[in-house]
Amino acid sequence: MVKTLVLILLALWTVTGRADDVTPGLGQPLSLDTLSLYAITVFPDGRGLPAGQGSVAEGRVLYHQQCAFCHGNTGVEGPAARLAGQDGLISLRDPLRPLRIRKYPILVLSVGMWPHATTLFDYTRRAMPHYAPKSLSDDEVYALAAYLLHLNGLLDKTATMNAESLPQVVMPGRQRAVMGEAWQLAERGLPPPSAAQQGE
Amino acid sequence: MAGTGWTTVNTRLRQVAGGGLLDRRDFLRLGAGFATIAAAGQMPIAQAQGAASARPAWQRMLGQADLPYGQPSGHEAHVQRHLWDTTPETAGFAGWHSPIQHLRGIITPNGLHFAVHHNGIPDIDPEGHRLIIHGLVERPLSFDLARLLRYPLVSAIRFIECAGNTAANALSPTAMDADAQSLSGQVSCAEWTGIPLRVLLAEAGVKPGARWVVAEGADGGSHARSLPLQKLMDDAVLALYQNGERLRPSQGYPMRLLVPGWEGNVNVKWLHRLEVTDQPAHTKDESGLYTRVLEDGGLLQFAPTMEVKSIITQPSGQQLLPEPGFYEISGLAWSGRGGIRRVEVSGDGGRSWAAAQLQSPVLDKAFTRFSIPWHWTGGRHLLMSRAEDCQGQRQPDRKAWKAQYARHSFNHYNAIQAWRVNRDGRVENHYG
Repeated sequence: MVKTLVLILLALWTVTGRADDVTPGLGQPLSLDTLSLYAITVFPDGRGLPAGQGSVAEGRVLYHQQCAFCHGNTGVEGPAARLAGQDGLISLRDPLRPLRIRKYPILVLSVGMWPHATTLFDYTRRAMPHYAPKSLSDDEVYALAAYLLHLNGLLDKTATMNAESLPQVVMPGRQRAVMGEAWQLAERGLPPPSAAQQGE
Repeated sequence: MAGTGWTTVNTRLRQVAGGGLLDRRDFLRLGAGFATIAAAGQMPIAQAQGAASARPAWQRMLGQADLPYGQPSGHEAHVQRHLWDTTPETAGFAGWHSPIQHLRGIITPNGLHFAVHHNGIPDIDPEGHRLIIHGLVERPLSFDLARLLRYPLVSAIRFIECAGNTAANALSPTAMDADAQSLSGQVSCAEWTGIPLRVLLAEAGVKPGARWVVAEGADGGSHARSLPLQKLMDDAVLALYQNGERLRPSQGYPMRLLVPGWEGNVNVKWLHRLEVTDQPAHTKDESGLYTRVLEDGGLLQFAPTMEVKSIITQPSGQQLLPEPGFYEISGLAWSGRGGIRRVEVSGDGGRSWAAAQLQSPVLDKAFTRFSIPWHWTGGRHLLMSRAEDCQGQRQPDRKAWKAQYARHSFNHYNAIQAWRVNRDGRVENHYG
């Protein structure tokens, strides 16, 4: 009787990473349809970028229709995040910056400091505009990314962005990046299974 | 008179440091002396309450009915979270501060837990919510809430602190006159109950080469952070309960990620997707807002550990000491690296320090309550606390903290907090 019970339990419960961890294994298979609906992450190497394209000129129109209300006419006025230029308390290109920061302290930072251009697409597609997230088409998101890169002096006004060109834009923040302890922890990777067991 | 009562007791107590800090052991030895001390500095009872001729009304009538879900006393209605008001127009970046100066112990009541919302609070139907795990896994999986609730659950008391907590003291050139809640109320501590992430990740079967997990919420903005797979395997939890009850919507109902000791923003609320990958996504919040700008202009990314920190909550900013006499100085200490080893308090602006009593329990990556008895003579004082954690990390002073970063960098501020007690009893934020 006891033996049967133990066998049933062994069959039902999958032993996982640690000796005391068991899972009843109730996860359901994830369908590809569901996955394609939700897998929206874009990586710095361009993985996850969809087909489509958008130009600086198209982005300029969209920006003034859907973004300027929160981000300001030139992307630096706030109250929402500063979109152009580097971070800091003062700027020769924006003499009013100290006043803006006094009103909205978060404007000490700027999207212009981001290390990767792909983040513009990833974030705009998932979260913008703030009042209607996920309402933009992929072409529109490319266009807005192109316009913001143009505002940052990184793209000519005739430029067009797509899955191939966007990851190639080098943001000034990339050479400033310093990686902290979470990066070190991740890049070490998981210990091999045998080592993990010895660690118990 | 108050002064006389105090002097009588004071001859039997020793100061352990300048500024009137007292030896707690003397209280224990004195026993009944506690009552004497507590009464010292107060007016005679008859005089204080008036010569009562009748019992209070509530002792002579039937009380009220209770409520299905209990509420604080109406007399405590001032104990509220406070909305950070410097960017009122950016509705999506709402910062709700916990009233730490009104709370004692180490557990933050659920309705008073701090919260920062980047996209508002989603109204999630738990039956329609799924947690999906995919990417570099053998078996992409989908979990509904009913099934997740059948898993073996674990509980842990853990603090969560916003990366930007106390940003005003980091940024403002002069100490803003504000209370502890406004300055440092973006930190809270609760008992979280849920499923260790490693259980769910192992069920999906992590493939070789996996190093990162992109965790994403089900809010309108699909808040996302890239986290080391190793951290999630170590101690992260899919939290379903907070302080015994199911999560509040403000804290991620029906499920959130708990990443002990790391900045609030990575504890993804309304968690719905875990993508196991070989590289981080460099999402918006790991690119600017939750980075730090180093002194040389470097942009520090992926550095989420909240370092050792402490704050005296009683007395604290904008409180008023009604009269000279006995007070217990009490506060909170915490560290993202583990437990608190020691908290020292100064009553004289850092010239001398005394060890505070650490109240049990002292837990890893949780609030630790500290206290020390204090006799305020009515003079001007600078009260400070400094904590040391289990790894020997200690709080810097403000100058040393600022020296590490660019002038406009404000995240992860953990410098020693000073409160100035003025002669009129008013307590003020001070840079020490």
